[in-house]
Parts: sequence; structure tokens; C-alpha cells
Amino acid sequence: MVKLGSVTKSFGGSSPAVLDVSFHLRKGEFAFLTGASGAGKTTILKLVHMLHKPSSGEVRVSKYSSSRIRRRDLPELRRRVGYIFQDFRLLENLTAEENIAFALQVTGLPRAKIGPRVQKLLNQVGLAARARALPRELSGGEQQRVAVARALANDPLVLLADEPTGNLDERASAGVFNLFQQINASGTSVLMATHDAALLRQHRAVRVIELEQGRLVFDSAEGTAA
Amino acid sequence: MRPFREALSGMKRAPVLTFLSVMAIGLSVFTIGLFALTAHNIDVALSDVEGRVEVVAYLRDDASEELIEIARHEIESYPEVQAARYISKVEALFEASRELSEFSDVYSDLEVNPLPSSFEISLRPDFRTPTDVEAVADRVATYHFVEETRYGREWVDRIYSLRRVAGGAAVILGLSFALGAALLIGIAVRMSVLARANEIAIMQTVGATDSYIRRPFLIEGLLTGLGGGLLALAMTFAAYQAVERSLVTLAWLPELWTAAGLAFAGILGMLAAGRAVRRELRRLDVY
Repeated sequence: MVKLGSVTKSFGGSSPAVLDVSFHLRKGEFAFLTGASGAGKTTILKLVHMLHKPSSGEVRVSKYSSSRIRRRDLPELRRRVGYIFQDFRLLENLTAEENIAFALQVTGLPRAKIGPRVQKLLNQVGLAARARALPRELSGGEQQRVAVARALANDPLVLLADEPTGNLDERASAGVFNLFQQINASGTSVLMATHDAALLRQHRAVRVIELEQGRLVFDSAEGTAA
Repeated sequence: MRPFREALSGMKRAPVLTFLSVMAIGLSVFTIGLFALTAHNIDVALSDVEGRVEVVAYLRDDASEELIEIARHEIESYPEVQAARYISKVEALFEASRELSEFSDVYSDLEVNPLPSSFEISLRPDFRTPTDVEAVADRVATYHFVEETRYGREWVDRIYSLRRVAGGAAVILGLSFALGAALLIGIAVRMSVLARANEIAIMQTVGATDSYIRRPFLIEGLLTGLGGGLLALAMTFAAYQAVERSLVTLAWLPELWTAAGLAFAGILGMLAAGRAVRRELRRLDVY
């Protein structure tokens, strides 16, 4: 599903942001990507979303390879890889349902099909009653649910979440995490970047990939420290 | 319809920025409008003076009326010639006494009319250069009954060089103003695209194609440019009316010029938006 092979990403600084990282996230798998701030978590997610190009090595997402993908194929890839940000990144002037519909409009889906699909997604994230609210009228947890619904709009194969609970209180965090588990249970792979130690402790069964200064130092699927 | 709707809603969402962009474009195109108005009026004045360029051929008194009429027809068939008017001796005297009324007594006391008959030959607009005027004068002078030709060589030379200087200055100044306006339009439109960089990034994240992202911005650039162009047109017209009411009579711009000005602003707005969005897309996307 998602495969990184000896990926290094350098932005021209003294040390690379990601150095020789390899791992394989299988279909339907859930994994935490953890490490201190600046360890390279966001860079890994952006490499998978193909917002960054590896300096060396290869990122594979389903049939797409970072070495061969053409610019015109990127939109198709991004529809199949949902991305959730810590700061939600909703369009402020659009309501919750419009923010979700937006992700469907860009694919050219007929309007008649967008309405029911948005309704289903709002039900899935528990926000049907807040459909007409603008982002500023929603709590942080609600905004993140809208962002999750938007990321799910095009039935992604994998969901990338960058510190999705970082701006939320404990209760909202738990709600959003449960939502990820439900999504994962329906067959979508989830790669969630977090440095929330409590969350890792609560979910010991989940695979953990740990980064330190750009290097992969631990992968629980391998069983040992790298 | 979607890109058009998006463009309008984008403009409505940022009314201050849209207003500032339209104003910036309007003011920069207004400078072109004022320049065009000046250039056009100089052109009109020069054309008016040039229209008076004519070759006068004085005829011998013994020229027969039949030959004169044949020659007049021949001269009118020259490609350079617009019209050839025959002025008889009597008409010449009548015109002279009318134009120089202070000498009317002298003219009425004359026993013999001393003024010769003549051809007044006006030239077509494209043939009023010194070379063409001289060529016509020389050709007319070959008729044996033509005593002398006159066309004010110095005057024609001066008008011609004045037009060349004015034409050159107009091209250089016009291009400079257009370049300045193009830069300002580019900056104004780029500002409004940059203000929505977040929106572009979100569109990319959810899988919008480059053309899907670009289209509303192109329409917005076109509308902003046209808005600025219309504002410039209104300001130029106001300036024209103000000058005409209080100073001198002016000619308003030809329709083709105003249409070209509007098209210039609109197309430039669209191109600037396309360029700004492309740069933003390339900045966000490295593939």
C-alpha cells in the first residue's frame, strides 16, 4: 500500500530532514508515526502525499511511484490519500457540508451525487446537526471531524493524519481517535503522526514507527529497535 | 459556470482586496488613457494641418480651356491626388479681393486682371510626404502651359518631421505606459492570488487538478482587469469633459482605441492571474 525504500529528504540544510527511512504500511493497517518535534514525521507524511519529492530512494503509494509519477497524475493520487492537518485547514468561508462537498466537486462528481454523499460523511463523523455551521462556529474537535470527513470524501486507500489531536482536549482527542479506528476497521490504512505518549500507551496494540533526527529508530512491526 | 461562480464568490469574499486591485489597475490604465487622449488629439491636429497641404500650379494665360480640362482630368487620375480644382483668372481675382478686402479698391481699379488661372491640387492622406508632394509638383510642371508650381516645401518638410517625431514619441511613451500598467496589474493580481494561497494549497490537498484551480482565478483576473479598464475609461472620459468644458475643444478617442484599452486591461489581468497561480502551484508542488 505505502512503501518507503531508503528514502532521504534534504532541504539543503546541514542535516537531512529524513535519512534512509524504509517501512511498509500494508492495506488496512494502522500505524503511529512518532518522534519528537523536528524528527521528520511531517516530512514523511508529505513525502507519502507527494508534496515533497525524495532526494533519494523511492516512495510507493498503491500503483504510484515517486520516481515515475507525472504531475498530471498527482490529483488522482491525492484523492486516494486523505490528509488531515493539526490545524484542520478548512475553508473559512464555507460551511461544514460545503467544505466536504468541495473535495467531491474537484473530482467532477455530479451535483446530484454530492449531496447524499456529504450527508453520509457527516453522519459518519457525527456532525449531521452541524452541517450548516461555519468553521468558526465549530469547536476544535468538530472542525477536525469536518476535516476527517473531507479526507474521506473520495474513499481514500490511506489516511495520513498529522498530529490530528494536537490542538484538541482529551475528550475531543478520544473522539477523533475512535473515528480513525472506525475508518481503519472499514479497510482504510491509517498513518497517524503524533508525539502524544499517553495515546501510544493507551493503544499498545497499534504499530509504532519512531523517528529520531530523521532516522527510523524503532518499528514495532519489526519487533526491535533499528 | 462553476469557475465563473467561484470567481465571483472569490471577489465577494475579499471585497477590499478586489476594490484595491480594481483601483490599482484603473489608475495605471488611466495614465494610458490620458496619454492616448493626448496622442489622438495631436494626431487629429496634425492630420488637419496635413489636409491643407496642396500643390498649386499657375497656368499661362494662353492655355485653352479644352486642354486645361483634359489636364485636370489627368491630374485627378494620379494615385497621389485627391482632387484637382481649376481656378480661373476671374475666380482668382474674386477670391483675392475677398481674402484681402483692404485692397479691394486696388482690385476694382485694375484694367487688366494680373492674376493667373491655376490648379489647386489636394493630395490623398497617404501621399502627403515631402517626396510625394514634390513628385506631384514636378509631374504637373511638365505640362507646357504650366508656368510654375508651388507647395511650400519648408512647411511640408516641417509637418512631416513633426509627425515622425510625434509618432516615435507616441510609440516609446505608449509602450512605457503600457509596460508600467502591465507591471502594476501583475502586482495587483498577484497580491490577490497570494492572499488565497491557503485556499490553493487546500485545493491541491484534496486532489484538484491545476486547471480546476486555475480557471476561477483566470476569470477573476479577467473581471478585475475589465473592472479596472472600465474605471480608467470613466476617469479618462471625465478628464476629457473637464478639459473640453474649460480649456480647448478635444476629440474623444476612437471606439477601436477604447475597446483595445479594455481588452488590454482584461487580458493582462487574466494573464497575470494565470502566471501568479502557476507560480503558486509550482511552489507548492515539486513534481
